[in-house]
Amino acid sequence: MKLLHLVATAVTGLLLIVGSLDLAETGDPAAPAATHVSPRYIESGLEETGVENMVTAVLADYRGFDTLGEVTVIFTGAIAVLLILRNGLKGEEDEA
Amino acid sequence: MTRYPPEGQPPDIIIRVVCRSLVPFIQLFGLYVVVHGHSSPGGGFQGGVTLAASFVLLALAEGRGALRRHIPLGALNAFASAGVLLYAGLGVVCLALGANYLDYGPLPFAEPRSVGMLVIEIGVGITVMAAMLSIFRDMLEF
Amino acid sequence: MIGSLDVVLLVLSVVCAVAAVQVRDLLASVVLLAAFSLFMCLLWTELGAVDVAFTEAAVGAGVTTVLFVITVYKTDRVSRD
Repeated sequence: MKLLHLVATAVTGLLLIVGSLDLAETGDPAAPAATHVSPRYIESGLEETGVENMVTAVLADYRGFDTLGEVTVIFTGAIAVLLILRNGLKGEEDEA
Repeated sequence: MTRYPPEGQPPDIIIRVVCRSLVPFIQLFGLYVVVHGHSSPGGGFQGGVTLAASFVLLALAEGRGALRRHIPLGALNAFASAGVLLYAGLGVVCLALGANYLDYGPLPFAEPRSVGMLVIEIGVGITVMAAMLSIFRDMLEF
Repeated sequence: MIGSLDVVLLVLSVVCAVAAVQVRDLLASVVLLAAFSLFMCLLWTELGAVDVAFTEAAVGAGVTTVLFVITVYKTDRVSRD
């Protein structure tokens, strides 16, 4: 069984390495990810949003709705932990 | 696993004093990260986690009683909800001012987009801090 | 120069990851995971993704470690695998 796990890991790793060979070079200006919307953010981000940090401009302004979802996910996670652990506590008290 | 501090004994004085004197600086740095995300790396999420970590350090130094004393449970839940409400509420304000949801253009400030982003970063920071502390506290008390 | 730093960081992070899985003491495993997060944070910084590095340092090395330590404290310290 351990051998099977090792083989599965090795095959997956090899596939990932083969896949990574097709990725664009780090910092390549002609990469597909750098030619679609990135130039717009870099060229007009400062005058459109008035914020120097491009990451903040994209996260909070261009993709504000996405960040709202992210915050909601964190909030939901906290509520889920609260419900599960708090109810577990209550059950123990009832038994005692 | 040996417990620290041992049953019935207060934590070591050196650990208490060092952690207590570190906490304000960590909190100041967390607030700086939240409000300075506009022009340096950081933002609501990182700042909120840093703020939560300062309270975690306080709890580790002083024992869990300190956390229970300083931060009531209802306050954590209220803060976590208030952050999301602040974020979503700003979107509704933008709607009421005649723009799209979360389009900060028509806010009545000199630099409306900058101010809008500051508000939602603060909302994110409050929610992340309260959510992390709430998870930490629930796990500690379980 | 920076390229060789990359190689050192990658090797150290792989060593940390393998050791975190192999070690039997779960508390040591948690500490190794925190070290792995630290090396990933340095790698992100080196790649120019400073915001991601900040998040990795705050969440990966900070809060996650604390939550894992609490979990180990509440359950069992020795792995039975």
